[in-house]
Amino acid sequence: MTNQHSQPLRVAITGGTSGLGLALVDELLHRGARVAFVARHREPVERAARIRANAHGIVGDVSRKQDIHPIAIQVLGALGGLDVLVNNASSLGPIPLVPLGDTECEDLELALATNVLGPFRLTKALLGSLAASARDGRHPLVVNVSSDAAVNGYPTWGAYGASKAALRHLSRIWDEELSGEDIRVTSFDPGDMDTPLHALAVPDADRSTLKRPEAAARELADVIEARNQHATTDDARTVREVFQ
Amino acid sequence: MSPVGVPTQRTAGSRLLVVDSDGAVTDHTRAEFPGLVRSGDLVIANDAATLPASLSGFHVPTGAAVEVRLAGRDSLSPERVSSFAAVVFGAGDFRTPTEHRPHPPVLQPGDALQLGPLRADVVRVLAHPRLIEMRFQQSVEAIWEGLARYGRPIQYAHLSQPLEIGDTWTRIASQPVAFEPPSATFILDWAMIQLLRSRRARFATLTHAAGISSTGDSDLDRLLPFEEPYHIPSSTAALIDTNRGRGRVIAVGTTVVRALEHAARPDGTIRSGNGIATGRIGPLTQLRVVDAIVSGVHERGTSHYELLRAFQDDAALARMESEAEARSYRRHEFGDSVFVERSSFTLIEAVEHDERHRQILPPPLVAGRLQGRSRLAGHRRAAAATGRGGFGGVS
Repeated sequence: MTNQHSQPLRVAITGGTSGLGLALVDELLHRGARVAFVARHREPVERAARIRANAHGIVGDVSRKQDIHPIAIQVLGALGGLDVLVNNASSLGPIPLVPLGDTECEDLELALATNVLGPFRLTKALLGSLAASARDGRHPLVVNVSSDAAVNGYPTWGAYGASKAALRHLSRIWDEELSGEDIRVTSFDPGDMDTPLHALAVPDADRSTLKRPEAAARELADVIEARNQHATTDDARTVREVFQ
Repeated sequence: MSPVGVPTQRTAGSRLLVVDSDGAVTDHTRAEFPGLVRSGDLVIANDAATLPASLSGFHVPTGAAVEVRLAGRDSLSPERVSSFAAVVFGAGDFRTPTEHRPHPPVLQPGDALQLGPLRADVVRVLAHPRLIEMRFQQSVEAIWEGLARYGRPIQYAHLSQPLEIGDTWTRIASQPVAFEPPSATFILDWAMIQLLRSRRARFATLTHAAGISSTGDSDLDRLLPFEEPYHIPSSTAALIDTNRGRGRVIAVGTTVVRALEHAARPDGTIRSGNGIATGRIGPLTQLRVVDAIVSGVHERGTSHYELLRAFQDDAALARMESEAEARSYRRHEFGDSVFVERSSFTLIEAVEHDERHRQILPPPLVAGRLQGRSRLAGHRRAAAATGRGGFGGVS
């Protein structure tokens, strides 16, 4: 996966040691991207990085404000810039899921910190790099991983659903605001996948009915690649504008 | 002038002192900056993010506490972070003004420094006993992790509370290569960049590893600024070329001036890519590219102030200083700003230079400059005859 300058795409993925995040790391590496992934615990980060020569593992918790710039610095140190940010790390809120009336404020706060404030802060810290990527004609993209719980009011999914709804709206507004910079911000709903997060939410689910995270990762990589290819036509327009 | 009290991005009400091309000085707010930019102008800013360049630890041979401030590197490459030039301080923190800090132990080549999780060796002592070349022993990834998680931004004694690294990142901060913030860039925010674009001005960036501004040691400060690596994207160089004859190049920050003028060919076109800005810019410098600069409020004698002398004569800068003083402009990294246009007088000399190269200049620009020359040269002679210095008074 390279851009029109034949330089590998530089991608950062949060929540990169399990589920969709890990599958996406592998899918993007397979397509030739350079990847930095972030997760909270050192042992799984080092384990995942050890067997993936072109991936950089970063230990950090996006729900913690003080971790954001250290994460951003390590992403930029590893990749030398950034073209795509995938905010994938998510928190369910209370585990097991409970009705809102039984949800502790702290559990809602954790869901908001992980699913809204974390992506907001990390995107903001990396916005300068994404804008630099845009000025280089590399057509950067932010993907915020969403859910149908962001749209539908499923009982017991209150903390998760409300936080994902906020993230989805944040994506839409930011996308409007950044169109002049040629930075796109989009939501991606991977569907119900067979992941550790889903197992926490629905422990007795019939896993055979769930989507494989690898399949969702291919779809998300297609979204990233489509943005990248769309770039070529945009580029011709930019060149025309400059020389008009 | 009063030091700023709390760390902050520039507020809309921060002051902006304008010295125009005739040397007239006027007081504005930061929010008025886009109004000073004209259709066709090209605004160029330094998008370097700030490294957490302050590392506390100890000198292994003596056990003495030290603070190491990373201060220079010969490359912007993220893979080349083993070797740095650094200034070493003794015990203490930012609450002690740097000039009152105790000296570190005598540093010898081969001495180890333990800086949190990072370990480094003194490679050699440079032009001053506290200025060293040092080399981290860890892998590149471990160095980045150590800097990111353990390093702190360089602090300022005039601030009441310590800065977090995020406080030192401008809105457009990208690669973390600066040792202190490219602070002029604090004037910009995303809404302003959008506004500039809607006024048919253009916005571009370069990346310049802004070095430390002051060490509290006059011998050391005389060595500043150190050689600073920069990168000019080809898109920025192309915009400068296509913008010639359409509008001014407005540099946000002294680092942008240093990089652009260093990368300028004699005909005013720009070499894109990597370079190392060497030497100082001062009153004798013939500016080839930059027409105006946004900068902080700097004191006479600093290298930043010297650079302004390439834009305006001393009489105009003296008026700027007395206005800044009278209006209590806040100096230093998080304070107020100045916007200094290149003096028409400097421009006149530039015309003579340009005339030798007029084949590369679009005709309207040359014509405009020549008109300005006769009008302003006459004005200048008149001013000299009446014994008044400069073009305009303080408004």
